[in-house]
Amino acid sequence: MARIELQNIAKTYGPVEVLRDINLVIEDGEFIVLVGPSGCGKSTLLRMIAGLEPITGGEFRVDGRRMNEVPPRDRDMAMVFQSYALYPHMDVARNMGFSLEIRKAPSGERESKVQEAAKTLGLTALTGRLPRALSGGQRQRVAMGRAIVRDPSAFLFDEPLSNLDAALRVEMRLEIARLHQRLKATMIYVTHDQVEALTLADRIVVLNAGQIQQVGTPLDLYDRPSNKFVAQFIGSPTMNILDVERGEDGIRLRDGTVLQAVPRTEQGAVRELGVRPEHLNIVAKDAAHMSGTAELVEHLGSDTNIHAHVPGIGQVLVRQHGHFPLKIGDAVNIALDLDKAHLFGPDGRRLAA
Amino acid sequence: MSALRQSSPLAVTGKYLALAFYVGFALFPLYWLAKIAVTPDKLIFTEGTALIPSRFTFENFRTVLLATDFLAYFRNSLIVSLGTAAITTCIAAAAGYAFSRFDFRGKRLVVAVMLITQMFPLLMIIAPIYKIVAAVGLLNSLTSLIIVYTAFNIPFATFLMQSFFDGIPKDLEEAGMIDGCTRFQALRKIILPLTLPGLGATLGFIFTAAWSELLFALMLINSNDTMTFPVGLLTFVSKFSVDWGQMMAAGVLALVPSCLFFLFIQRYLVQGLTSGAVKG
Repeated sequence: MARIELQNIAKTYGPVEVLRDINLVIEDGEFIVLVGPSGCGKSTLLRMIAGLEPITGGEFRVDGRRMNEVPPRDRDMAMVFQSYALYPHMDVARNMGFSLEIRKAPSGERESKVQEAAKTLGLTALTGRLPRALSGGQRQRVAMGRAIVRDPSAFLFDEPLSNLDAALRVEMRLEIARLHQRLKATMIYVTHDQVEALTLADRIVVLNAGQIQQVGTPLDLYDRPSNKFVAQFIGSPTMNILDVERGEDGIRLRDGTVLQAVPRTEQGAVRELGVRPEHLNIVAKDAAHMSGTAELVEHLGSDTNIHAHVPGIGQVLVRQHGHFPLKIGDAVNIALDLDKAHLFGPDGRRLAA
Repeated sequence: MSALRQSSPLAVTGKYLALAFYVGFALFPLYWLAKIAVTPDKLIFTEGTALIPSRFTFENFRTVLLATDFLAYFRNSLIVSLGTAAITTCIAAAAGYAFSRFDFRGKRLVVAVMLITQMFPLLMIIAPIYKIVAAVGLLNSLTSLIIVYTAFNIPFATFLMQSFFDGIPKDLEEAGMIDGCTRFQALRKIILPLTLPGLGATLGFIFTAAWSELLFALMLINSNDTMTFPVGLLTFVSKFSVDWGQMMAAGVLALVPSCLFFLFIQRYLVQGLTSGAVKG
């Protein structure tokens, strides 16, 4: 069990700054997901917590104790690698029990713990096999088993599901969620997949270009993104961003349409309006804010995505629930749900309503 | 894919002919070595180029083993080659690991210097080496050969070992260190077992190189007691004649350790030990 504090954490490689001013407190038992595009520093941050990467600035504490210089073996954290990193010359049981072997735990204890973990993960029949005789999903389970057996104070996951196929990924995601419920251990999970982030996390940390953009619950990020980056990163399909300016009588779109009921902010310049595809609707012409033609219609069964071209504004993506009978080239009239729209200033920050 | 592709019989025949020609070309000297070794002295010149001698004899082997210093040469070569292979591999493994895993100041310089040492023809430096060895009083000793061979083989062996270490994912050591190993424990318990093929290959290369080295051995060794096998082979050449039969018999015997060595390590060479470690 561990409460993890990151205070002004920074990482530089020579003159290159990879992470800057990372401040985060992870409560005991919390499931934190670090998410961001590739190269944003999320894996580096995880490796710094694990002790595999030196911390070049700030302080890292676990339960109040400074850990910056503590070697990985003494941090009492288990890590599941993206590549699984199973020891190829050891069978499954020895792979899972290796940490206990190194700590010279009695072999009886080792065996019972390995058996217990193998049972939870459905690996009992495979304990005698070498990693090379396992499928990708089984290897992934062994990697998780290796972490569970140790009963660590915190679990670190580095994109653990990115090498699995889609169906297996969903299954393992559920398994990780169940694991967290059962163990109630602190978990830090790195992914670039927002679905994993939204489904697993107690709180999500969005990183970009080495800085924390926002920390919050999944719904916080969805409903109240702090800036344009978070707004576009969270939610699928991506939020529509339309150029706007502040007019005398309201917010004006590029084609001159004035939107009366946009959440009002009295001060600050306005640059863009963000509205999620699910908050746009195809409506009758007289109720529409804009009109255009459908350029691409994606029928997903549960939803229909309509990519429309609106003259004077550009590309707009509309998501309609269920099957929506529309063909390419059809005229579409679009209304914005202005209660759920966001305004962004010139610096990309969201202007509070 | 290749099973599906229909090749014309002509192309297949041509391919096998080419292979057969190559194998014949490569193995013929070995066959000739063995053939002369078992041909009685009297027939060597009379039968000339006949592919199979009309009579066989093992007299040459008996003479070589019992009546010459061959066994002493053999023992010396074994000491030198095993010593060189063992020392070189240990140093090269350590250096290769460092090159593969650590970034340190001067790394590029050390690599450059190692490459430069490989650029000079050995003939150019034989005189200075002789001076040095003589100055420290190591002439006519097997130690001098081990030192010189080790020095000249380390760069190549290091690059070889480095490539083997590069092939082992870094994640494995990191997983080990998170599991509670010190770096050294991770090296010993995780990396070392996976590097066995690399160590085997390096040992094999260095052993063979040292086993067949003639130039330095000829320069640094004069006494009969410390001659290695390639130098000893020259004693079969006297002023007026060459004892072909015995020389070839000695040559055949000299092949034995190399063959045994490769038989011993070949299972490490073909095994892909790291498969299953990471994705793919």
